[in-house]
Amino acid sequence: MQAQTEILVIGTNDVILKTIVRLVNNNILWNATGVSSVSEALSRCKKNHYQVLLIGAGLSEEEEASVRREVSENYPDIRIMLHYGGGSGLLSAEIYLALAQKKAD
Amino acid sequence: MAQTVLHTAASRGGADHGWLKSHHTFSFGGYFNSERVNFGALRVLNDDSVDGGMGFGEHPHDNMEIISIPLEGALQHKDSMGNVATIELGEIQAMSAGTGIYHSEFNKDKGNPVKFLQIWLFPNKRNVEPRYDQVKIDTPKNSGELVQVLSPNADDAGVWIYQDAWFNLGRLSSGDNITYSLHKKGNGAYIFVLEGEVIVEGQKLGTRDGFGIWDTDTFTITGSAEARFLIMDVPMEF
Repeated sequence: MQAQTEILVIGTNDVILKTIVRLVNNNILWNATGVSSVSEALSRCKKNHYQVLLIGAGLSEEEEASVRREVSENYPDIRIMLHYGGGSGLLSAEIYLALAQKKAD
Repeated sequence: MAQTVLHTAASRGGADHGWLKSHHTFSFGGYFNSERVNFGALRVLNDDSVDGGMGFGEHPHDNMEIISIPLEGALQHKDSMGNVATIELGEIQAMSAGTGIYHSEFNKDKGNPVKFLQIWLFPNKRNVEPRYDQVKIDTPKNSGELVQVLSPNADDAGVWIYQDAWFNLGRLSSGDNITYSLHKKGNGAYIFVLEGEVIVEGQKLGTRDGFGIWDTDTFTITGSAEARFLIMDVPMEF
């Protein structure tokens, strides 16, 4: 069986975060974990191997810059994508694009 | 030299959920084509038909400028900001989802479908306070007429959004033409034919065809049959 792609989703809107995680997990090849803070995201990255980080809504510019910097420096294998649209029809395309870019790296 | 891209109506992605039939010009939901993700800031162009009495239950959005333009029928909208409204032909609705909004959309008319365009643009600013707007719009009555229905400016015609984008509805009869000037350096235009036939830069377009043009300041649209169309003038970099 093909290994699942591990996806970390960060966002401060609890309802939207849960929706995104639920929708991502509708794809049996993907496994999403949702976190609501930069510190929690970095803590998760230390313990698990993620392929994609989706940055959702609600982070300040400083928080967004911080999580981008820390993840890029310490976990360069993780592809970082800005997520737009909430739990929407864009999710799958964002993840497919992230995985395609990762493959091209 | 101007660059162009053609998306014919037949090449669009599709989804048939029974009560909802949708054509996706760009990747959306289960339709993914890495060559068809966006045209600059224009990310979603869905051509939707919702059966009578059916609709989209409450669902969330964030960080997206969401525009709905009814083509037939009426759609009831309810959102987490307390807005309850019905939009119908001759109106346009814009939502800035920003930090997060929940809404539902239903076709209350059990006997007839509602047909509408759902258009999403990437915002020029993330995490704004969510907002909702709905206005009546004129429809072009004469050949060669353009009517602005969206802009970045609150005091301009139509709705406004958080993006340097301008939308115009246009109408042309056979043989007439319009020369369109892009509003901003770096913007491109996406022409979506609502019905009829036009020619843009030598390319003939039919009903529901889409055509993007950029790296130019102006272009000319010529009617080759009675036609109505939407011009979306959007940043190519954002």
